[in-house]
Amino acid sequence: MDKTNDTRTIVIDPVTRIEGHAKITIQLDENGNVVDARFHVNEFRGFEKFCEGRLVWEMPGLTSRICGICPASHLIASAKAGDAILAIQIPETAELLRRLLTLGQWIQSHALSFFHLSSPDFLLGFDADPATRNLFGLLANNKEFVRKGIRLRKFGQEIIATLGGRRIHTPWAVAGGVRDPLSDDEHRSIAVWLPEAKATVLEAMSTIKRVHDKFQRDIPNFGNFRSMYVGLVGEEGELEYYGGSIRVKDGMGNTIAHRIDPSDYAKYFEEKAEDWTYLKVPYYKQIGHPEGMYRVGPLARLNICDRIGTPLAEAERRVFRDLAGESDTVNNAFYYHYARTIEMLFAVEEVERLLAHPKIQGTHIRARAMINSLTGVGACEAPRGVLFHHYQVDENGVLQKVNMLIATAQNNMAMNRTVQQLAARYLDGKKVTEGVLNRIEAGIRCYDPCLSCSTHASGHMAMHVQLVASDGSVLDERRR
Amino acid sequence: MPVITFTINGVPVSGQQSESILEIARQHDIRIPTLCHLDGLSDVGACRLCLMEIEGTSKLLPACSTYPSENMVVRTDTDKLKRYRRTIIELLAAEGNHQCAVCVVNNNCELQNLAYEVGLEHVRAQYLFPKKELDATHPDYIIDRNRCVLCTRCVRVCHEVEGAHVWDIANRGINCEIVADMNQPWGTSESCTSCGKCVLVCPVGALIEKGATVSEMEKHRAFLPYIMTARTKQEWIARAIEED
Repeated sequence: MDKTNDTRTIVIDPVTRIEGHAKITIQLDENGNVVDARFHVNEFRGFEKFCEGRLVWEMPGLTSRICGICPASHLIASAKAGDAILAIQIPETAELLRRLLTLGQWIQSHALSFFHLSSPDFLLGFDADPATRNLFGLLANNKEFVRKGIRLRKFGQEIIATLGGRRIHTPWAVAGGVRDPLSDDEHRSIAVWLPEAKATVLEAMSTIKRVHDKFQRDIPNFGNFRSMYVGLVGEEGELEYYGGSIRVKDGMGNTIAHRIDPSDYAKYFEEKAEDWTYLKVPYYKQIGHPEGMYRVGPLARLNICDRIGTPLAEAERRVFRDLAGESDTVNNAFYYHYARTIEMLFAVEEVERLLAHPKIQGTHIRARAMINSLTGVGACEAPRGVLFHHYQVDENGVLQKVNMLIATAQNNMAMNRTVQQLAARYLDGKKVTEGVLNRIEAGIRCYDPCLSCSTHASGHMAMHVQLVASDGSVLDERRR
Repeated sequence: MPVITFTINGVPVSGQQSESILEIARQHDIRIPTLCHLDGLSDVGACRLCLMEIEGTSKLLPACSTYPSENMVVRTDTDKLKRYRRTIIELLAAEGNHQCAVCVVNNNCELQNLAYEVGLEHVRAQYLFPKKELDATHPDYIIDRNRCVLCTRCVRVCHEVEGAHVWDIANRGINCEIVADMNQPWGTSESCTSCGKCVLVCPVGALIEKGATVSEMEKHRAFLPYIMTARTKQEWIARAIEED
């Protein structure tokens, strides 16, 4: 801990158990009240720049390297941007298989967030010793629960590996479709997991409900504020993860915009660069910055959709929506965890539905074409929220401009607001206590931020919190 | 023609005087790494990977373009040669922009295979990260100069087999690069017949088919001896294709 004179700044650096590297600063006024809190992302890679000059066909393989947690989401968004540039309709089987891959991505990433990263907080308690408040502490405590979580993640990874040939960074989805069909053996090897996966997800769901009861006093402070919600929905307003159109709702459940073609995303969303973070700050254009703050990801998806297309998940969504009370949207970030379990349930049910589809094992999986459009946008729902890849090419397919709008970046403003809310509630005086630190970290983890993705950057996340005085001096800071 | 007998790595071998030491070594199952050599094309001794030591000569000579003499004592497996080969691969890696993980010929690349063979674990030379042009103007093929190792197989196959002579080397030293016709976009070349032979003989991912994605392209090169045998000897062999 580094203390300077009259402490007015708290630094949490590094922030742990999230995917990437960041620090948090909390700004105080003369009276020690929290005036601002910032979630700084201090890593940078520059994919958008060095992909310029490369070929559109290479982009799925290149951009999947942005992230080791959600490479399949980048792969799909990139392949879809490629489809748009080739201006072709991909074969039906290819779409079904791409959907299956996306679900595998959801399952493995959500399981990672829920079991590996976040469950130590709410199962061992926010005030537990940080030395044991982690996956290993949980293993000593509840081995079977952890084992099931690890196996659920493995199920998601197995779907990806079965389709793509490898768990991480598969180049299997390409502009025009996918590279390999699903064989009988592969089909069986996925199907055999389903009963176990469903049981584990249901157990996770009942666990999070017990957590809601246990932390009734803490939960209202975890990013509990109105914001807009953005994501993809299907033709009939159902939860969507691969296709569909963009819907925007406000924090009271009013639909602000709907049926926006993903290729028009840039008309509605703008990114602002800040000098204190490499993570850009996107906002809803019509409302402007900073009022145009919106959230994406599981909470947003369940808030904007009218229904879920699978029975068990739909029944659970109705229970979830009851949490909203009068406002019609669930505005508390702590319920991201609950929403994540509902989405895992949906994903398992949806995998089952897709495996039963008569065309899932078709062999017509790839269409070929040359450059027919000089611009293309690919969108899909990554585990952390809606993801856009936007490419401009010359007539030979060489990239001229690349823009990627990433889920974690879209949650940037809401994460800052969440840290601010938690700091205002729990900060006592000018010191960062263990309890404050833990709750701030846990607040960030609700969003499951992936900073490698969002800055298209490298590194691992660790926590650094800084308490900053009104004169800019650092009062207190903690690293982990 | 007289038969010459000599030794390679202590093994007695024999061959004709018109055959290179590389050819004779291969007939006797003695492995000598190569990169610029390709059966069916003339040899230029550009890559220097097939260098060998010959007793009585202080210079190292390339096996692909050196011919045997009676009682010659050849060594191709000394520590010095192994060290040199490794250095050559290291320099090739440092000189271009070789990103195997996202390359279309990943797992089907001669440079990558050679790197495995010489035990390349890291590169001691500083990477140059040169800014090279990618030319995608041809309707079917792409030349990505970032991955070119200047083996000149494309130049030779186009000149010697196809007879079009589209490709040449421009500039000198570190600035050398393969150019089409009078250094113009490939798509505007009037001499190119779009036969694709250059793409097939390229040992790396510098010449590729349009539309190929990461790790997807495999190059089949056995067509070359087949064409050359048919053309020069009027013999049509199926074996070469089967073996490929």
